[in-house]
Amino acid sequence: MGMNAFQLLNGLTFAALLFIVASGFTLIFGLLRIVNLAHGALYLFGGYVGYTVAVKTGSFTLGAIAAMIAVALIGLALNQGLLRFVRGNDLRQVLLTLGVAFVLNDMALVIWGGDSFTVPIPDALKGGLTFFGIFYPKYRLFVLLVGVLVLIALYLLLFRTRLGALIRAGVDDAEMVEASGINIRRVFLATFVLGSALAGLGGMMGGAFLSLYPSADSEILVFSLAVVIIGGRGSLLGVAIGSLLVGLLNTVGQVMFPELAYFVIFGPMALLLAFRPLGLFGKAT
Amino acid sequence: MDRRKFLQTSGLTIAAAGFGISPWAARAADAPIKVGVLAPLTGVVASGGKEMVEGVQFFFEKQGNKVAGRPIELVIEDDGSNPDTSIQKARKLVEQGKVDFLIGNLLANTGLAVANYVKGTGTPYFIPIIAADDLTQRDRIKNVIRVAGYSASQFAHPLGDWALKKGYKKIVTVGQDYTFGHEQCGGLAQVFTEGGGQIVQQFWHPLNTADFSPYLGQIANMQVDAVFAMETGADATRFITQYASFGLKGKIPLLGAMNATDQSVIRTLGEECEGIVSAAHFAEGSDNPATAAFVKEYTAKYSKTPSLYGFSMYSGVMWVSKAIETLKGKLDDRSAFIDTVLKTELDNSPLGKTVKLDEYGNPIYDVYIREVKKAPNGKFWNVPVETYPAVSQFWKYDPATYMKQPPYSRNFQGIKKT
Amino acid sequence: MSNITASPAIGAPRSLSTGAIITALAVITVAALLPLMLSTYHLGLATEVLIFGLLAMSIDILAGFAGRTSLGHGAIFGVSTYVVVYAVMTAGLSPLVACLLGVLAATALGAVFGLLAVRTSGVYFLLLTLALGMIVWGICLRWTQVTGGENGLRGAIRPALLSDYRAFYWMVLAVTAVLSLAIWRFVRSPFGLTLRGIRDSDSRMRSLGYDVSLHLFIGFTVSGLFAGAAGAMYALFNSFVSPSTVAVSQSVEALLMTIAGGVGTLFGAFVGSAAIIALENIASSYTERWQTVLGVTFILIMIFAPEGIVGTIRALVARLKH
Repeated sequence: MGMNAFQLLNGLTFAALLFIVASGFTLIFGLLRIVNLAHGALYLFGGYVGYTVAVKTGSFTLGAIAAMIAVALIGLALNQGLLRFVRGNDLRQVLLTLGVAFVLNDMALVIWGGDSFTVPIPDALKGGLTFFGIFYPKYRLFVLLVGVLVLIALYLLLFRTRLGALIRAGVDDAEMVEASGINIRRVFLATFVLGSALAGLGGMMGGAFLSLYPSADSEILVFSLAVVIIGGRGSLLGVAIGSLLVGLLNTVGQVMFPELAYFVIFGPMALLLAFRPLGLFGKAT
Repeated sequence: MDRRKFLQTSGLTIAAAGFGISPWAARAADAPIKVGVLAPLTGVVASGGKEMVEGVQFFFEKQGNKVAGRPIELVIEDDGSNPDTSIQKARKLVEQGKVDFLIGNLLANTGLAVANYVKGTGTPYFIPIIAADDLTQRDRIKNVIRVAGYSASQFAHPLGDWALKKGYKKIVTVGQDYTFGHEQCGGLAQVFTEGGGQIVQQFWHPLNTADFSPYLGQIANMQVDAVFAMETGADATRFITQYASFGLKGKIPLLGAMNATDQSVIRTLGEECEGIVSAAHFAEGSDNPATAAFVKEYTAKYSKTPSLYGFSMYSGVMWVSKAIETLKGKLDDRSAFIDTVLKTELDNSPLGKTVKLDEYGNPIYDVYIREVKKAPNGKFWNVPVETYPAVSQFWKYDPATYMKQPPYSRNFQGIKKT
Repeated sequence: MSNITASPAIGAPRSLSTGAIITALAVITVAALLPLMLSTYHLGLATEVLIFGLLAMSIDILAGFAGRTSLGHGAIFGVSTYVVVYAVMTAGLSPLVACLLGVLAATALGAVFGLLAVRTSGVYFLLLTLALGMIVWGICLRWTQVTGGENGLRGAIRPALLSDYRAFYWMVLAVTAVLSLAIWRFVRSPFGLTLRGIRDSDSRMRSLGYDVSLHLFIGFTVSGLFAGAAGAMYALFNSFVSPSTVAVSQSVEALLMTIAGGVGTLFGAFVGSAAIIALENIASSYTERWQTVLGVTFILIMIFAPEGIVGTIRALVARLKH
């Protein structure tokens, strides 16, 4: 049994989720040069907060908003409270975020316990649609839609606004931007908060079909890393292509080479990184 | 945890002060029994680990923290859901803590690692949760005893039989790709195919598979009579949710391993879990008075219906305690301790039925076929629909012959060739 | 090599002074006397400190002296552990041969990693080694016939001669002492000096005519050899191996040890490994939240003492002297 339209949709919807999570990751990596290894923990935290609010209020939308705000605040605290002390040293920043991931995951365990939770799906999105003879869950199509919307929103932000222009300029050369009299720190901060909020949104979206449980953070982090490495840091096009590749490879791997599932994703990634260390669309600093 | 330790210690002092027998006997009688509990309090299966500890504490609290007149001192260590950490902590409990026995562990790899360690030290090690078949079959270690536990394929055998009775002809299995999964699927596959059924396909996926849609997509087009899902923990949650969202629920009957519909999984689920059939020795929705009383008490204390983890550890320490009573608290002779545990029959457990061990150290149970139904509180639980009496880990096979066949693995599923 | 003006690593040993020899001998003597004082459990921890210290030191070869921080060394270490357990239990080889095979396998894996990673540096090096480690982990997890999958491989593999926990500790101590001396010699060799030059500036070394890639490749391979030696000893210690031994968390923990001790201090690796192992085992007796304790410790080290314990002490001593 090979690939068909159904499996293609599976790959696409998974790719859409990866895009939401990894786009925040790549923005932060591209502009601030921080590989935020706490990004997975932010995803999980966002999912838990969203789950709690959605269950309490009965509203998926409120849950998603709460998830984004809560995680944006954690991102703000992380950036202003901790990372500012190690600015300018890439490796120390990366390793510091690793420590933060430890703490956040443990805190999540304290607050929510270790049960797996599934974010409740709004009634309108329950069930499935039948088209071209395929039955497909509405919620997954919704995730695909949200992924596309986030892509469009980010495109507009990056290419149609002043902040976006600053971010793009900062990805290419942060010092130049600063030299031209712009307070690059504020741009950094805005990016970090935005990237974190996207992780929170991802947690909410993913929490409804992948469920939330301890170690979900490192799983999504590893996928995001793969996406960003393949796409190249700081590139919106890169992260879109990277998500598509990883999402589809994941499905192909599971369906056709179950024994080699990890190899199918990480093998090409390692080869790419070895020969094109900056990824498909990454630029040298 | 330090508060808990303090409470235990102060409890001990008071308990010790209350004794005034002759000094010679007093030393043995007063000295606390040190119980080493290994449970995953962090990591993937942390919630199960927490319930394991609760089960142990619940039992000993009801005993006034005393067994055979000797106070109980619990030493609880986190195995981190990691075999390397498990060995480290087992060493700590045995060599540093000088515990009288070890009990616990959840994940098979942690249990196997500790079993390998106690093989050398001879420490009695009880495994109410660790289900790896061979620990009480081909690679039996005398001091490793599965009190109140079960071997992985034990309940899958009767489930396979039940599926035949139900008239299912074709089944597809989906299972986690590790020994526990291979053994449960194998147990079902062997009995089902030997009785004339057909296993159409077996999907093996790694633990923590985020997305089951690739498998579900294939199953939807397969024309099978039932699906058997061997899932645990978060994988079970995801599988059940996604099975429903892809519209397969109600279309193809879903059979599960007992772990797939355990309370630890279904207590956070809604109606998507309704109707799943599994086989197990314990069913929290049973109307057996002993079970109902236990479920009620446990729920009152921990505000959640007990899962397999809480129940098994509770019954496990009950079993060991009964043996300690028989020995009148004398645990110095380890082989006598082990022999006594092996001979002990548990008659007052929450199962409400007498349970004994077979000669390989694995319990023989009346096995329920259970169905997930709505409980009075609006949540879901497992209710018995049929009973298979006195099921041993060898099903209806002769133990010696059974153990001559290879252990279940991805390559050997006991499937009868037609 | 007179054209190398690069400053050496923070406080890296430059010459073998009498003081250094005396210190080394004193430390080894105290370490050798430990079995007479410690309980079996604590001696077990001390054994682990030595094994993981050696692993952390192998990471320091790259991190401290070539400026390449690896998050894949857990995989190299664990592959050696796998090979040793497999060779003894399944292939029936003698433990000594098995250990040699384990080290050989780790060295070969180090060479493969090195081959792929030499073109990268900084964060990309970190990510690539992380990805390579993931692949190794995935293989160990899924290649069930050979690796035993999730459950791993086990059995009694320690030779009778070393079954006594003291004897085993002394063996580990002797091997670790010899190998750390070898590492120390290695980083001070002309080759090591070239690595340091690369750490400080690849482009300068390249323009001076050095083959940067070749040096990094050899450096990674050598580092793999030492990580493999640590992994082989770990196999004998635990008689057990499972995917968690090659998991990313193993790499993370080993790197934590290197950093906690002090990158570029070499012997700090043992201080770091002692600190982390003590934290895990002692903190876990008092709180279930030892992961938080570990995380917070790590954050604090990154902010306040990025040179690590030994590095910070050396800096303080140096300041007092001047």
